[in-house]
Amino acid sequence: MKEKVITSNKLSRKFGDFVAVDEVTFEVSKGEIFGFLGANGAGKTTAMRMLCGLLAPSSGSATVAGYDVSTQPEMVKKNIGYMSQKFSMYEDLTVKENFLFYGGVYGLKRKAIIERLSMMLGLLNLSHVMNSLVGSLPLGWKQKLSFSLAMLHQPGIIFLDEPTGGVDPITRRQFWDLIYEAAYDGITIFVTTHYMDEAEYCDRVSIMVDGSIKALDSPENLRKTYNAASMDGVFQELARGTSTK
Amino acid sequence: MKQYLAFVKKEFRHIFRDKRTLLILFGMPVAQVMIFGFALNNEIDNAGVAIYDMSGDYESTLLQNRLNASSYFFIERECESTDCIEESFRQGKARVGIIIPHNFGKDLLTGQKPEIKIVSDASDPNQAQVLTSYATAIILSHVRDRASVVQQAPVVNAIPRMIFNPELKAVYMFVPGVMGFILLLVSAMMTSLTIAREKELGTMELLLVSPLRSWHIIFGKVTPYWLLSFMNAIIVVLLGITVFDMPMNGSVPLLLASCLLFSLTALALGIFISSKANSQMTAMFVSMMGLLLPTILLSGFIFPIENMPIVLRVISNIIPAKWFILIIKGLMIKGSGMSILWKPISILAFITLLFGIAAIKNVKPRLNQ
Repeated sequence: MKEKVITSNKLSRKFGDFVAVDEVTFEVSKGEIFGFLGANGAGKTTAMRMLCGLLAPSSGSATVAGYDVSTQPEMVKKNIGYMSQKFSMYEDLTVKENFLFYGGVYGLKRKAIIERLSMMLGLLNLSHVMNSLVGSLPLGWKQKLSFSLAMLHQPGIIFLDEPTGGVDPITRRQFWDLIYEAAYDGITIFVTTHYMDEAEYCDRVSIMVDGSIKALDSPENLRKTYNAASMDGVFQELARGTSTK
Repeated sequence: MKQYLAFVKKEFRHIFRDKRTLLILFGMPVAQVMIFGFALNNEIDNAGVAIYDMSGDYESTLLQNRLNASSYFFIERECESTDCIEESFRQGKARVGIIIPHNFGKDLLTGQKPEIKIVSDASDPNQAQVLTSYATAIILSHVRDRASVVQQAPVVNAIPRMIFNPELKAVYMFVPGVMGFILLLVSAMMTSLTIAREKELGTMELLLVSPLRSWHIIFGKVTPYWLLSFMNAIIVVLLGITVFDMPMNGSVPLLLASCLLFSLTALALGIFISSKANSQMTAMFVSMMGLLLPTILLSGFIFPIENMPIVLRVISNIIPAKWFILIIKGLMIKGSGMSILWKPISILAFITLLFGIAAIKNVKPRLNQ
């Protein structure tokens, strides 16, 4: 039995009468790649915001890295990395300056930041962009840099919110190599995506429909259960299942 | 504390990287003071006079000489008709016309009270008013002198003396106004813009999932602009003193403290705006319309508050710049101390507190949306 780094117990969030997330329960083990799927408006983002300590749950509870998201959000934030679907490095600063800033925000020393940045850039074959303005780099590179940025303070868990939106297939493939490497090092990956082929890369996948989790298993088991050839088929099946209800 | 410093450093990097921001920050105050100081000039200096002397005697010549001798007027044209005066107004050569009636000298010496007509070109009403009153003053004092010589009549003499600004220099008005304007522009507009920019670009999201507290973000944003606007205020004061001979009669520490206080007011306003505005466009628009325009119009910077209708006079009380300008004028020109300035200073401090609380209350939940 592996250590559980994310546990969610009947986690719910209401906005007025609207229930965005309805009693969601799941667990994620250390080093797992956990795919968090759902159509737009299914409640993925709300659930993720609660897990990141950005939004207080209406009821239920969740722990991330051993800290309660509603009572210890600051501790949760210290122990997670986050990469948003919107590119979020400062374009008018250089790569180095961006890393120095975020490193400083997590309380890292300048020397340690530079060392780690050089190491990460070396792995990405991007050592030459250290002093380039971020705004001048191609999107694929920026995306990889964002991922490195989220890993800068060596968090145990990384939340990726549609990390590969708008990126070409080759870069997406390379990006998933980065994710595998991180998972191999024992980092837990919590990823939302719209690409069903990417769902196949995950260890386990949850599919959210109308605020609750309708399916949660490995991609292989899900295909068997729903008798579908691909994850796309599973997703279609689940989505159709609710629309006829 | 370390996180806060990292934030401030990053903010300074943004500012120094962007040449346009730098230009606004440091070019603007200098340009403003120069423009207002040199170009917007209400002072009267050698205005042309068209004179129609119907009498042409010794007394009327004396009067003409008196006008010509003052530094405010010179006789541009001697007319033979009223049409000629209008003509020279149209040509833009003269701005005041003076008509001396028949038998001016004789009437004056025999106590007949001759009537002199002063006509002025009111296409610029402010200037016309000033010119008319200057001309009236000169003529009256001359006539009084002559009449008393002849008749030895007891005449009361009123001798006006303008103190604090004896030369009626407009720049004394503008320097405090420009200071207020610049501090507001730099502090309020710039902070609201940069916070809106982070929201627009999505970097705010990353800041929020980081361990930064909201006070880190707010004070990190505010500190660089606070320092810069303070530097600006000093530049404007120095320009006023060196280039335009502004006096500095009051306490310098009090002046600096007031500048710091007012930029704090402006920063609170800026944060308040940014808590409502989600894009740079909105932030810009709101700061322009909601802050800069009322400041120019209602703070007494350009238009005197005393001449406004009662409604506007009441509204002007909530314009922070009005109080700031009062304080700066009192300090620099009149040399007033705390015993007199405590009232505007405490009003300003109160407004700052009010907006500061509103800003922080609004920003906290709003940042998370």
